Amino acid sequence: MQNADLSFILRNSWLVPALPLFSFAVVALFARRFSEKAAGVVATASVFGSAVAAGLVARDYFRIFPPGTDGQALVPWSIEWLRYQDRLSITVGVLVDPISVLLMVVVTTVSFLVHLYSTGYMRGERGYGRYFAFLNLFTFSMLGLVVASNILQMYMCWELVGLSSFLLIGFYYSRPAAVAASKKAFIVTRFADLGFFIGIILLGYHGFNLLDGQHPFDFITLSSPASLEKLAGATSGFLGVGLLPLAAVLVFMGAAGKSAMFPLHIWLPDAMEGPTPVSALIHAATMVVAGVYLVARMFGVFAAAGDALLLVAYVGAFTCFFAAVIACTQDDVKRVLAFSTLSQIGYMMFALGVSSAAHPMGYTASMFHLFTHAFFKALLFLGAGAVIHATHTSEIWKMGGLRRKMPLTHATFLVATLSIAGIWPFSGFFSKDEILLSALASGHHGVFAIGLLTAGLTAFYMFRLYFLVFSGFPRDEQAGHAHEAPLVMLIPLVALAILSVLAGWVPFSDFVRFGGGGGFHEEGHALVAALGTVAALLGIGFSWFLYAGKGTRAEALAARFGALHLVVKHKFYIDEIYLFITHKIIFRCIAAPVAWFDRNVVDGGVNLSGWCARVSSRGLTFLQTGQAQAYGAWLVGGSIIVLLVAWAARL
Amino acid sequence: MLEVLASNPPGVFHWLVLSSLLFSIGVYGMLSRRNAIGVLMGVELALNSGALNFVLFNRLLAPATVDGEVMSIFIVTVAAAEAVVGMAIFVLLFKQMKTVDMTQASQMRH
Repeated sequence: MQNADLSFILRNSWLVPALPLFSFAVVALFARRFSEKAAGVVATASVFGSAVAAGLVARDYFRIFPPGTDGQALVPWSIEWLRYQDRLSITVGVLVDPISVLLMVVVTTVSFLVHLYSTGYMRGERGYGRYFAFLNLFTFSMLGLVVASNILQMYMCWELVGLSSFLLIGFYYSRPAAVAASKKAFIVTRFADLGFFIGIILLGYHGFNLLDGQHPFDFITLSSPASLEKLAGATSGFLGVGLLPLAAVLVFMGAAGKSAMFPLHIWLPDAMEGPTPVSALIHAATMVVAGVYLVARMFGVFAAAGDALLLVAYVGAFTCFFAAVIACTQDDVKRVLAFSTLSQIGYMMFALGVSSAAHPMGYTASMFHLFTHAFFKALLFLGAGAVIHATHTSEIWKMGGLRRKMPLTHATFLVATLSIAGIWPFSGFFSKDEILLSALASGHHGVFAIGLLTAGLTAFYMFRLYFLVFSGFPRDEQAGHAHEAPLVMLIPLVALAILSVLAGWVPFSDFVRFGGGGGFHEEGHALVAALGTVAALLGIGFSWFLYAGKGTRAEALAARFGALHLVVKHKFYIDEIYLFITHKIIFRCIAAPVAWFDRNVVDGGVNLSGWCARVSSRGLTFLQTGQAQAYGAWLVGGSIIVLLVAWAARL
Repeated sequence: MLEVLASNPPGVFHWLVLSSLLFSIGVYGMLSRRNAIGVLMGVELALNSGALNFVLFNRLLAPATVDGEVMSIFIVTVAAAEAVVGMAIFVLLFKQMKTVDMTQASQMRH
């Protein structure tokens, strides 16, 4: 298909990421000085424009490839950015295919609603304009990542996402906890990105040598079966591992860092130090889904790499269960939600992991869950933000009885909770169902069992949160005086609640699929749906039993499993293990000797050369007599020597 | 070398030897005389050796022109001016130090 045949908006699809970038520059440089209020309006309007553009791109794309047919990848716009030589150049472009269209729509929609909500939530805060500039930058980075047409562009935006999340998590930079959290997020994800970068270099190096004439970094090259076949034969020269498995594992390391998969999950729970709408954005539409998107985007590579997908499946399934267990014991609204995000991202990861090129159902299921999760998780965080805004605390034991004080927030929060718990007809039911089915159909029974168990746990901890916050009666003075949030914050809540209900009814497998096949299977549906619903209802029932009253039953249970409860509550002491490894082992055994070497050997060498110059010059001072004739004698003597040497050399 | 000089009629070689001798004597004077006036005289000798070379090579390479001769006149002029400046410095030096001994003027030591 020629680019000239495409519609105007497809040819100019760069507008989708460019609008927030432009607005970022305007807000950061001008609007912020001019008026804080203008900053919010400009930022929100630009993301609205971007959302409209993304919607039009989606409409025109699915007009070319109607639902039910295979969506091909188009690159309607690209420019050459860096040229090393004829065959090795790096472009910046827009890749339009089903999953990038999906993500464009989701990111812009959620981001717009978060912007709108923030205009209310952040009112009167210091740094209001700065906040919106960062929010725009964050949205741009994520959109740039989503539309990237090659790995390097993706990597660049990937790092920008890391940077802007750092800026937003550390938004309240006068609070030490926020500073620590932002550093933690940056360093952990940056560490993971090292693996990603090595993976890119490996793929690029071998791709350059093996695929003649094709750009080795382009996603279109990397997903074509012919070039994957050529790459699959290559060995990496590292312990005899094949190129593709090694590259896939390294790329997955980056994805696991951004998506906060175990054991790189430690930054995400702390990331709630930023303003709550930022958490909504990080957890729902940007940042954490970037890892899932990366694996989906390079699914061809992973599928050709054999066992790499198994790693994805096991890491995903483990994180899914592990985070759900921790979420059951946390006392902070945002922390519970953060661990639930980990758990849900784990679902998406293992759904990708259990699928293969021949049976890509999990691929579709994963994207479906990403789609639905974005809406209900954003809703949960924004709802939590409204609650925190009203009660001035995020401690769930201090809340309670907010159902009557904040009826609309309560209703929307309930929709999101039912959705994440997987209750029909809310969206989470459909996508979780597909994920579980894909795990079962692909023969990964262990993973399926973990997924099912986690579904029950999810319902349990989400309703624990719901009961403690909204039902019963206020446990605290502040909670008693809570009142409904302003209108500008309620509109996004209602919009997201509607989307959370409707998102599940989209015939998703007609839009997004990998390769030829990959629709949802019919057989086994009823069984999985029944099992999932039973698990969820059991979780809700148990949580009602424990928490709907005064919570004394829960305390009794916690006391019964004292040690275990403590370990889980402290997140299995993973943070402490990290601190032990970095402080006690790395700092003491590696960093300290290196510092000694630097101070004594490197600096010592520099000082030695200075000392030599000083001593030798002191020895030569007797030559400086102050007598012009002595200098003249040196001059003449030197000239004679030079002449003699020149004369001798000429002979 | 003396044999070569004695056995040949006066020519370029003789003149060059004379010029070198003049220059060497001048340099020796510059470096060895303690009296500043003596140093100045050494400088004059070296300058004159240069002037002699100008005339000599003009004669040898382009006999039809007078560029070298003109140059030697310039050198004489410059030497006169230089002598004036030098003498003025010496007068000031003498006022300052009551001597024109070069070895005494060594304030610019390390």
